[in-house]
Amino acid sequence: MKEEKIIEVRRLSAGYAGRAILSDVSFDVRQGEIFIILGGSGSGKSTLLKNMIGLYPAMSGEVLIRGENMIGAVGAVRERLLRQFGVMYQGGALFGSMTLAENVALPLEECTRLPREARALLARLKLQQVGLGQFADYLPSETSGGMVKRAAVARAMALDPGILFLDEPSAGLDPITSAELDELIRALSRDYGITFVIASHELASVYAIGDRAILLENGGIAAEGSPVQLRDNPPNNYVRAFFRREPERARAA
Amino acid sequence: MATDSAGQSAPLRVESSGSETILALSGTLDDAAVARCWSRALGAARTSQGPVRVDCARVDSCGGAGFALLVALAEMAEERKQSFVVDGLAPQFRSMYDGIDRSKLGQTETPQREKYGPVASVGQAVADRAAEWREETEFVGEVGVGLAGLGREPRRLRLREWWVMVEKAGTNALPIVALISFLMGMIMAFQAAMPMRQFGVDLFVVNLVALTITRELGPLMTAIVLAGRSGSAFAAEIGTMKVNEEVAALTTMGLSPVRFLAVPRVLAGIVVTPVLTVYSMAIGVAGGLAVMMLLGFPLATLMHQLSGSLRVDDVLAGLIKSFFFGAVVAGVGCLRGLQTGAGAAAVGDSTTRSVVTAIFLIVLLDAVFAVVYYQLKF
Ligand SMILES: Nc1ncnc2c1ncn2[C@@H]1O[C@H](COP(=O)(O)OP(=O)(O)OP(=O)(O)O)[C@@H](O)[C@H]1O
Ligand SMILES: [Mg+2]
Repeated sequence: MKEEKIIEVRRLSAGYAGRAILSDVSFDVRQGEIFIILGGSGSGKSTLLKNMIGLYPAMSGEVLIRGENMIGAVGAVRERLLRQFGVMYQGGALFGSMTLAENVALPLEECTRLPREARALLARLKLQQVGLGQFADYLPSETSGGMVKRAAVARAMALDPGILFLDEPSAGLDPITSAELDELIRALSRDYGITFVIASHELASVYAIGDRAILLENGGIAAEGSPVQLRDNPPNNYVRAFFRREPERARAA
Repeated sequence: MATDSAGQSAPLRVESSGSETILALSGTLDDAAVARCWSRALGAARTSQGPVRVDCARVDSCGGAGFALLVALAEMAEERKQSFVVDGLAPQFRSMYDGIDRSKLGQTETPQREKYGPVASVGQAVADRAAEWREETEFVGEVGVGLAGLGREPRRLRLREWWVMVEKAGTNALPIVALISFLMGMIMAFQAAMPMRQFGVDLFVVNLVALTITRELGPLMTAIVLAGRSGSAFAAEIGTMKVNEEVAALTTMGLSPVRFLAVPRVLAGIVVTPVLTVYSMAIGVAGGLAVMMLLGFPLATLMHQLSGSLRVDDVLAGLIKSFFFGAVVAGVGCLRGLQTGAGAAAVGDSTTRSVVTAIFLIVLLDAVFAVVYYQLKF
């Protein structure tokens, strides 16, 4: 089951206003795995993620989700593709005028025929899964940065999508909450076969959950493999520096 | 995962054996399936005479909506003090289900928000207004001090950023100001020419248009256009900075948000508005003359009439006002921006407030000027 490709990125080049950030990136994500996009700050993790979900028109290349190209998809194809994944943005992107529960219930309201009480209950269940059960009635501005993140994860999961894209889910969380989130991600992947694509540079969390990872550097993929394997057998100096948390200086030497 | 496989049999069968009610669920319990059987399942649980058993042996997969259904059924049974069991759930879903802590589900903290009764809210409104007055007075003072400071130390102005502000508020406003002024002049000349022709004094339309445009409408229209396009832009820009905590960052760096954000914008307003006003006056008068030419007056006659009637004082009177209008429009925009609360909606509110306040103050100021000019016979 784990061999089936669910997302195929083919020779993707992307950037902003003509400035290429990623060039000719290709990799596959397999069904049910937790796939990590690693890379230093500014290496293009968020850019890659946003291009994979079709938020920006990539410069060239394609992103196939279950065989259909996300890049440039329009109309019914795009709708169908969008229903297959949930996204958590780096900043949370919760709607400020709605409570956490309303934020989570919004996709349910718009995309399902569930009755109101079912939506409310489901929103609460999702919030409880991320440990925010008792804060359902808070506005995002009344919560902390880490709580906003977790609520955003809950919102991304609201429709039980088969794929979840998370941009730095555990950055800014305390170790315990972060570990709980890791546990949740692993459980969802194990029990539901949900595929995760996670941009992260929290190494502890990456070792704990990552099945496979790519490391971005200079617009390309510096290494690919399981995080633990990359740490123990780094194929090049950059990878070693990254995993050993060595400063730039040591790498140049 | 969420797609509904059409043509599938109903995901719920209700049976009873003895006093026990059995709810047999089957297939994929995704949102579509649950939506179809939600009310029937809860209805059956509500009317059950004895224990409720949910048979999940034929459930292939259970999504969030399925768990919500199970939890709702459990709650219902608990409320009616009947025993409740879930049977046959596949182990991975079972562990998810067991992980749900129902006792905590109802426990939500209600966030502490300030709430006032009718009397208290009147008091609060007064207190808020008073605080705002104070803020606004301080703002005016600080902008004044900041402008004076720039006079002494012009190098503190970040020229490149300031120039962009001037360009946005000034240069880019030229087309719309021209259009509105020209039409204004035309409309006025046209409306006045008809009745005045009855008395044979239609040449004096030139006097009328020249006087009104230079003394009143030129400065007024320019200021209103500016309030709509630049004052509101200042409010939205600074408001967004406030929401993003950029204003807080300035404060902690020891920079005054008023001096850093408001003073250059107010200066831009003061510089740009008179220029736009003179431009608006010229085009407005031209609009009036254009109509008069269409009505058959030769240009030479019109120019003669114009130079005989228009005094430098009139233009000056309009110009002096426009300095104040510019300061008010830019100042109000910045002030409302800095007063922005939290969230995206707050930015919208402060933009609205900036335009409303600016237009109100412009009209008020105009009335004050009318009185002062009259007293001074200016
Ligand atoms: N909207 C944008 N317009 C122009 N350039 C951008 C934009 N967003 C990001 N960039 C550039 O793209 C590069 C990659 O940014 P990206 O946000 O993808 O990094 P990241 O790997 O997610 O970093 P971080 O770990 O800090 O989130 C950066 O060099 C940044 O300057
Ligand atoms: Mg990022």
